[in-house]
Amino acid sequence: MGMPKLLAMRGNEAVAYAAKYARVEVVAAYPITPQTIIVEKIDELISKGEMDAEMIHVESEHSALAATYGAAIGGVRAFTATSSHGLMYMYEVLWWTAGSRIPVVMAVVTRAMGPPWNIHVSHEDILATRDTGWLVSMAENNQEAFDLTLQMFRITEDPRVYLPGIVGLDGFILSHTVEPVELPDQETVDEFLPPRRQPYVMEPGEPKAMGNLVPDEYFEELRMDMQQSMENAVKVIREVGKEYAKYFGRDYSDLVECYKCSDADYIVAGTGSWMGDAKIAADKLREKGYRVGVMRLRWIRPFPWSDVREAAMSKRAVIVMDRSLSTGHAGPLFLELSSALEAKPSMIGVPAGIGGVDISYEDIERFTEKAIQLVEEHGRVYIPAMWYHLGKIFPTYPSSHVKLD
Amino acid sequence: MAVSESEESRKRGVVAVVEPAGHKLPLSMAGPGAMGKTGYWRTQRPVVNTEKCTGCYLCWLYCPDNVIEMVPGKGPRGQDIPVIDYDYCKGCGVCAAVCPVKAIDMVDESKFLAKEKEEGDGNA
Amino acid sequence: MAVNIKKLPKKPYVMPGHAACPGCPESMGFKYLGMALGDKAVVVIPAGCSSVIQGLWPRQGFGLPILNIVFAAAASTASGLARALKRRGVDAQVVVWAGDGGTADIGFQALSAAAERGEDIIYICVDNEAYMNTGIQRSGLTPYGAWTTTTHTGKRQFKKPLPQIVAAHRVPYVATTSVGYPWDFIAKLKKAASIRGFKYIHLHAPCPVGWRFDPSLTAKIAQLAVETGAWILYEYENGKLRLNPPSNRLIDPEKRKPVEEYLKLQGRFRHLKPEDVEMIKKEIETNWEEITRALKIQGDL
Ligand code: SF4
Ligand code: SF4
Repeated sequence: MGMPKLLAMRGNEAVAYAAKYARVEVVAAYPITPQTIIVEKIDELISKGEMDAEMIHVESEHSALAATYGAAIGGVRAFTATSSHGLMYMYEVLWWTAGSRIPVVMAVVTRAMGPPWNIHVSHEDILATRDTGWLVSMAENNQEAFDLTLQMFRITEDPRVYLPGIVGLDGFILSHTVEPVELPDQETVDEFLPPRRQPYVMEPGEPKAMGNLVPDEYFEELRMDMQQSMENAVKVIREVGKEYAKYFGRDYSDLVECYKCSDADYIVAGTGSWMGDAKIAADKLREKGYRVGVMRLRWIRPFPWSDVREAAMSKRAVIVMDRSLSTGHAGPLFLELSSALEAKPSMIGVPAGIGGVDISYEDIERFTEKAIQLVEEHGRVYIPAMWYHLGKIFPTYPSSHVKLD
Repeated sequence: MAVSESEESRKRGVVAVVEPAGHKLPLSMAGPGAMGKTGYWRTQRPVVNTEKCTGCYLCWLYCPDNVIEMVPGKGPRGQDIPVIDYDYCKGCGVCAAVCPVKAIDMVDESKFLAKEKEEGDGNA
Repeated sequence: MAVNIKKLPKKPYVMPGHAACPGCPESMGFKYLGMALGDKAVVVIPAGCSSVIQGLWPRQGFGLPILNIVFAAAASTASGLARALKRRGVDAQVVVWAGDGGTADIGFQALSAAAERGEDIIYICVDNEAYMNTGIQRSGLTPYGAWTTTTHTGKRQFKKPLPQIVAAHRVPYVATTSVGYPWDFIAKLKKAASIRGFKYIHLHAPCPVGWRFDPSLTAKIAQLAVETGAWILYEYENGKLRLNPPSNRLIDPEKRKPVEEYLKLQGRFRHLKPEDVEMIKKEIETNWEEITRALKIQGDL
């Protein structure tokens, strides 16, 4: 057996390598910043003969996912990647793929939605996939982007799941930043990742139709089945994450990563690469005497409901960092976490860093401290959107904080 | 395989979907009657005059509902003749229009309904 | 490739009791598709009449594997499917069966790209000249003068010359066909299946509901379109144009039936004024002039 090797690479390259190790057979993609390197790298690996796959050079993201789906339903492992407007352009095909119960893996390199044009990080693209029936995960670093992509093939192709899956990685912060990534050897990957399974294949023979009209009752039952599969996916993710540790030494059995949560009074919650900075901020705040922990959502769908409750239900306050806003209400993660936690702890939503505005650990420290002070002053509070912009707090809609007790 | 057919449904020409790994899937199987007995839609019934029919197969070729079967050698002159499945024939009249010898008449369906009522068989 | 009608497959590729309207040209056409390609075909169908014709789960009205897909994605989905089946070594013919809206309008971008990439698929545009499934709205392939629910006084633009547009992609095979001439359609499908690369077949499909004619006349009106020269049967094989019977005998306008015979049977043209009919005649002349010019350049005329 060969040895794993440590290489310095950008997040996009890590994802491309994961597709290669997974023995993906068909890739269809369309260029969009900051995703493009993934496709370029795969194309390079194919043309050098390092990867045995076909690239379909489509004319749009709509076609990118449609062609990927067409290949997957035809019985091969298929992969695509996109960002931002590209993801929105393929939005209806996301629903079609999930509803067909066909495993497909896609990388989403997070980026802001225009206008105006902005190629920098925001989670508004990836979080808009929440309702589509795809599994959605977010990486914190390049190694995790690689590891999640590899695992995603196994998870989505598990007969208990049979749903497509997205691996999110933050635009530029991960996609274009070089970090050390440990690449496994192919034999170990082949042992970890069994041959593709899917619920059916479209091929000559049985004259079956996929997707013709159904009675409304059966339509609802199909959705119920998808919801059940999402619940199964929680279990499958844990199993696969544990096994990944056996093969590759890194454990992904937790859907939520908790950093110093057990003794914390306050939890900073969020997803993606900036949670690394949140951990530094938590340490700084601890130096000041606030017991702060960090809860990072590695998975958005299935929503890690029980993990979140276990980690944060009994805390004094949860400060949710959202790199996105459901305009007119609050950040999507804030809404998700408020519902899971029944707003028992104080809940403060902090939309920040949207469109790539730089957020350092000092910023996180600042708004977290502000949130903690609000709680200490007022008791239990519920603030959907306490916008943090260029070092200042802007309480937005609803315009003043809501006191609960 | 995701979809399999039971022996019984195969016999009936209707094939059911089974769920692999227990999943419900958006899959259907080819079979007659996907919209029920479409013969109910008919207001005009095509009636074949086997004396006139030359067995040219044109009606069979054009019927958009594929409800015409050509029965070999069953015509009065030993020619192949069309037999129409009235359970599903929608009465469009394409067959009558393409017949080169006008061997198919479109007859008002009410005539048959009245007759069926007389014979006490209203649920054709 | 001559087609002997009596020797055509008897296997049902369209199932009795499907959901099409009486006299539907799409179910008629799909029968011929099955007869021509047999069980090797896998058919990708974007939104349109043929999505509904399949009828209700747990049954479907077509005798071939059908992959339904969103409106704009037929050519791209078929591209992925064809690549996958080829990689798996499956002996298959991936076919797109799309309407005029799914081809000339919303699906055009994906179609053009698949043609440019040379995907090994047969793309069939079943052209009933409007969005019939949603209730007869005009499309890029609705002809001049036709009434639709979004052109109440008649469409004022001409039909997109789609077969020529696809042929301009320099694909190996493009053909026009008609449900009135099943043997021609079947022969062209068989020819297309023997060619590797992107093949495009445009099927003229008169719709009794949307064109406002008696359902018994579907095949007759399709034939009249050809006999009057309003629809021309031809094929481009590796860029070389050839007229097919009976259109090859109709280069001389004298040999064509008057277009009024075709128009008068259709309610959608009932409101036409004499000047509208003149415009339609002019359009037909333009189409024939283009064909004649191309044949002359080839030295075939
Ligand atoms: S009336 Fe129409 S459906 Fe009935 S047999 Fe004739 S062509 Fe077929
Ligand atoms: S078209 Fe007329 S002549 Fe020909 S087989 Fe049918 S009924 Fe007989």
